[in-house]
Amino acid sequence: MNNIVVMPMVIPLLMGVILIFLRPFVKAQRVLSMVAMIATVIATVYILNLIQSDGILRLDFGGWLPPYGILFVADSFSTLLVLTTAVVTAIILLYSFSSVGPRYENMFFYPFVLFLVAGVNGSFLTGDLFNLFVCFEVMLLASYVLITLGGRRVQLIESIKYVVINVLSSWFFLVGIAYLYGTIGTLNMAHLSVRIAEVGQGPLLTVIGIIFLLVFSLKSGLLLYFWLPGSYSAPPTAVAALFGALLTKVGIYAMFRTFTLLFYHEPHITHTLIGVMAAITMVGGSLGAIAYDDVRQIVSYNVVITVGFILVGLAVFNEVAIIGSIYYLIHDMVVKALLFLLAGTMIYLTGKSRLADMSGLIRNYPVLGWLFFITTLSLAGIPPLSGFIGKLYIGQGTVGAGAYVLLAIAFLSGMFVLYSLLRIFMNCFWGETIISEDDEPPLRNRLLLPCVLLGIATFVLGVGVEGISDYVRDAAYTLMNPEVYVDAVLNDEK
Amino acid sequence: MKINDVILQTVTKLVVFIILTFGVELFFSGHNDPGGGFIGGLVLSSALVLLFLVHDIETVEKGIPVDFKKVAAVGVLFVVGTGVGAVLFGASFLSQAFGHFELPVFGSTELATVVLFEAGVAMAVVGTVVTIMLSISEDV
Repeated sequence: MNNIVVMPMVIPLLMGVILIFLRPFVKAQRVLSMVAMIATVIATVYILNLIQSDGILRLDFGGWLPPYGILFVADSFSTLLVLTTAVVTAIILLYSFSSVGPRYENMFFYPFVLFLVAGVNGSFLTGDLFNLFVCFEVMLLASYVLITLGGRRVQLIESIKYVVINVLSSWFFLVGIAYLYGTIGTLNMAHLSVRIAEVGQGPLLTVIGIIFLLVFSLKSGLLLYFWLPGSYSAPPTAVAALFGALLTKVGIYAMFRTFTLLFYHEPHITHTLIGVMAAITMVGGSLGAIAYDDVRQIVSYNVVITVGFILVGLAVFNEVAIIGSIYYLIHDMVVKALLFLLAGTMIYLTGKSRLADMSGLIRNYPVLGWLFFITTLSLAGIPPLSGFIGKLYIGQGTVGAGAYVLLAIAFLSGMFVLYSLLRIFMNCFWGETIISEDDEPPLRNRLLLPCVLLGIATFVLGVGVEGISDYVRDAAYTLMNPEVYVDAVLNDEK
Repeated sequence: MKINDVILQTVTKLVVFIILTFGVELFFSGHNDPGGGFIGGLVLSSALVLLFLVHDIETVEKGIPVDFKKVAAVGVLFVVGTGVGAVLFGASFLSQAFGHFELPVFGSTELATVVLFEAGVAMAVVGTVVTIMLSISEDV
């Protein structure tokens, strides 16, 4: 029994509910939501270190033992993602304090951000497939509210698409769960893993696995990303940053969990399929990123490219590549949040979003310009920034598996990321200034501080990679050896 | 449109209490038998929705001056609160306890913390359903 395991979900949930009663007191809402996120960070760091000494932790809700009860399982992989979520959300909250405005703050903005985090953390930590569905729904319901909050025309148009596509994929999720329960008779992930290994992953189970692949690829934007660029460019900057940093990552996490713990017996079918989908995603995302000249669209297509890139690690399915994917996941949560915040700040300052309409911003806002440049380098994987180590390991793993086509596409897509962002940089930051020094809107430090913090984070993650390497190695080891996870859940009497 | 349907209003006066009683009955039969907070809450909220349909929103809000968004929030607070309460007593999250107590009128009665949890569920359901109904009716 480790009640601490549930805290990353309960703290934001409880605080979110409390904030509903504090609707008129915006200042109190800001302080308390920040307190909740900091408390979550502290709890998660504690869990992460506890895992290193005690092994995988689990908490049986209400004392019902697995496989009968619902439980939370914290291994290094999920806890690393929870930690990154909490840190990134705290910084985005800092940005939203001075950017979203009273119209949002009075309409339960902070409670829903906290509910979103609760759903995301719950999805990372749960050890039960149906509970994963529930946590997904918590996260999605909060995101439906956040995407429509404000009620601008474009938001409503995009939210219809977003809601319909997610309701559909949730329905498929439910169907997949029903099939799996009908075939195997359990929904506890560790128990599923054991039973699938016992009966062998026949054609029926492989098809069920592909249904899950469909569901999670709709959620994470793998191949089925057509809804993503529109939805992620509609809401206000802070919300878009939250979505870009967190939401697709939950789908990616679920895919990693499902295809390393449950359906890992027929990699030449499922993992090859993931590889093909990842390749097409990277090609499509790259085309999108260079085709549009709207900053928000370019940034959203960069999310798509990354989804493909991370899943290359899962497709080639060896420990080195998985290590790379985990590094890249953590890096991408930080740096995508930064990218969305910077893009939003540029649009806020100029009032325009097309490349051709912006120019010479670096004269007016040098710090913003340099931050954007650092972000570009980090996304392109230039050492010593955080993108480098993940790319290196994914490349190494792909070479090890002999998947040279995937390797070529993955690194070419990196070039397209670099090109698309340099295009923003050269068009918007270089050249003649469009804003004279007299009437330039002031860039308040409170808007800049969160961006600087995230910039520091990507630098620290790159330089201090030794600091988290033990955790990442442990995470990859657990993913590649499902019996470790199964042992901790089913056999360990703690 | 002003509705003035005497028959419906008179019937409703009676029927609402039947529905409410049935809702409470469903609620208390829960956690060991079919029933409980969720369907109890649904039945309770159906009584409220009937009131809103038969009378207009202003009249009902004058009679029941409650913000149903807050009702839902209180419900969730109860649900999460009972879960965290178990943590404070050193048990697993969401653990429930029960015991038999001698009460003056009822005699030996089983009291369980799961009733608090179910009450939270019921409140969350009532709050959510009524809020949905009211927001849709505002749009039309």
